[in-house]
Amino acid sequence: MSRTPRLPSSLIRVAACTSVAALALTACGSGSGSDSVGAGSGKVKVGLITKTDTNPFFVKMKEGAEKAAKKDGVQLMTAAGKFDGDNAGQVTAIENMVAAGVKGILITPSDSKAIVPAIAKAKAKGVLVIALDTPTEPESAVDALFATDNLKAGELIGEYAKAAMKGKAAKIATLDLAPGVSVGVQRHNGFLKGFGAAEKDVACAQDTGGDQAKGQTAMENCLQKEPGINLVYTINEPAALGAYTALKAKGREKDVLIVSVDGGCTGTQAVKDGKIAATSQQYPLKMAAEGVNAVVTYAKDGKKASGYTDTGVTLITDKAQTGVASKDTAFGLENCWG
Amino acid sequence: MTATSTPPSTSSPYAELKAPTTARRLLTAPTTGPLVALLLACVFFAVSTDQFLTGGNFSLIVQQVMVVGTLAIGQTLIILTAGIDLSCGAVMAFGSIVIAKMAAEGSLPPLLAIALGLVVCGGFGLVNGLLVQKIPLPPFIVTLGMLNVAFALTHIYSEEQTVTNLPGPLTALGQTFPMGHTDITYGSLVTIALFLLLAYALSSTGWGRHVYALGNSQEAARLNGIRTSRLTIGVYTVAGLLYGVAALLLISRTGVGDPQAGQTDNLDSITAVVLGGTSLFGGRGSVLGTFIGVLIVGVFRNGLQLMGVASIYQTLITGVLVILAVTVDQISRKKAR
Repeated sequence: MSRTPRLPSSLIRVAACTSVAALALTACGSGSGSDSVGAGSGKVKVGLITKTDTNPFFVKMKEGAEKAAKKDGVQLMTAAGKFDGDNAGQVTAIENMVAAGVKGILITPSDSKAIVPAIAKAKAKGVLVIALDTPTEPESAVDALFATDNLKAGELIGEYAKAAMKGKAAKIATLDLAPGVSVGVQRHNGFLKGFGAAEKDVACAQDTGGDQAKGQTAMENCLQKEPGINLVYTINEPAALGAYTALKAKGREKDVLIVSVDGGCTGTQAVKDGKIAATSQQYPLKMAAEGVNAVVTYAKDGKKASGYTDTGVTLITDKAQTGVASKDTAFGLENCWG
Repeated sequence: MTATSTPPSTSSPYAELKAPTTARRLLTAPTTGPLVALLLACVFFAVSTDQFLTGGNFSLIVQQVMVVGTLAIGQTLIILTAGIDLSCGAVMAFGSIVIAKMAAEGSLPPLLAIALGLVVCGGFGLVNGLLVQKIPLPPFIVTLGMLNVAFALTHIYSEEQTVTNLPGPLTALGQTFPMGHTDITYGSLVTIALFLLLAYALSSTGWGRHVYALGNSQEAARLNGIRTSRLTIGVYTVAGLLYGVAALLLISRTGVGDPQAGQTDNLDSITAVVLGGTSLFGGRGSVLGTFIGVLIVGVFRNGLQLMGVASIYQTLITGVLVILAVTVDQISRKKAR
């Protein structure tokens, strides 16, 4: 390989890279949009770090935060991991936001334990850190937690399922999130508690990552293993809709009860359509809005939010059961997210 | 573009590497373009935000890129041989869990646990190299398989649990020392030292020239008396050892052993290599270029965050940069022909 006659090509390289940089700069100029305010504006800055950019739950959470930030006249900075579980990405986001001078950070931890040291560093610099949706381990690692009570969310659909089965012997399948993720574990345990069942009563348990296609595969495999399944707990509605598709293919959609947690708009519509019997609805908008408000309060008078704030959960169904409090899908669709 | 096309007028097949003048070498260096891009980005962010142009922020950027940077050194070596390594992030994650668990929950002294982690990662590299060279299998397939093997082993061995309460020596590299008004982490120094060491090894040792020759044409390299088989296996093993160092840096940075770590680091390291001007077709590039590539990504991520731009735009910009970098590589290859 000859290296000497490469002067022209290197000039091309320099020119190309220069234009690359120029293009990139234009891109970020246009990308910053109206919510990006110059650093010297003196506005209070609030950071929101979600697990991913793409999950509708977090998109809605961001929307809630943006609305609240606009109302309170503060600047919202957002960041997210590249995938669910991307701790390093969240650590980097925390560091960059602290460097940018945020007053408080709202974070949905991808890894409840692994994020703790990075949060401690931010807190040491006087930044208020509030966990949204998912608690840290230990919970005291953050100043405050604004979240759904996931155990209760599970219990609600467990109690509902118990009433709806009307004493029929249950063969249970659980379509779970992923091992070791607290949200999934709490909902699963809550469901069993509400239903009055134990782990050994579960005929088939599969991880879905909360994904519709994986939910379908999981349900297909569960039916293969245990054709008599008549009650399906799902971590969220995408998994539930996957399960519904699998059941429908076997002509079983009428005689299997599907219950879920989340309360997204697509999911709530599926409850209305009768595909899912009931779901526990949670409120990401509220989590984010209250989080922003807490940072604003801290910026104004130095008062730090603390402890756990339950942002509420409501059982949504059109087939109400006596003895189990619920609201109908009209209410659900009015308050859904996504 | 093979080594056999070298003009026979010089005594050594590699003599032309030394021939150009310093000025010309600077201009023709494949790192010049990326360096200009990096400097332009720095100027832009320095103008756009108050917080960018501070020692503390630069120290932060280096800390943020040291793990992927160290992986990217190994990735550069492998890509220079016209190979690719998709398993680097997963191997690192496994190494980090081995180190963390052995030291925190096993009864191994921290230094021994670190040594074990290095050996494990080096072992993965060795197996990769053997499969690529001895069977032989395409590097893409071997390392794709190894990605899954290492990923699964990480999750099996960790039982999906994050390892906390690490003994001090494991996080020592994450500690800082003051330099002027800026706090620097020891890990940043280790990363920079590794870049310099490998840059020297590639540019100024026989081993380094053999790596370039191998990447240009394995057959020509073999005919020139280079022991290509041993060299390939060696490169993959050295890369594996570097992933072991990255594992230690990762632990020291986050303070925990995290089984979910590194899932996109294979692609991130390839991104850095490509942005640094190293050719994916082998035989051309440098680890210093990779260092610049790593910094480009780190500077954009940091700078855009300081400006308040949402993270999805980082992904967008990185994607555009990669495509342009490869385009430039292709064009300059055609010209060089």
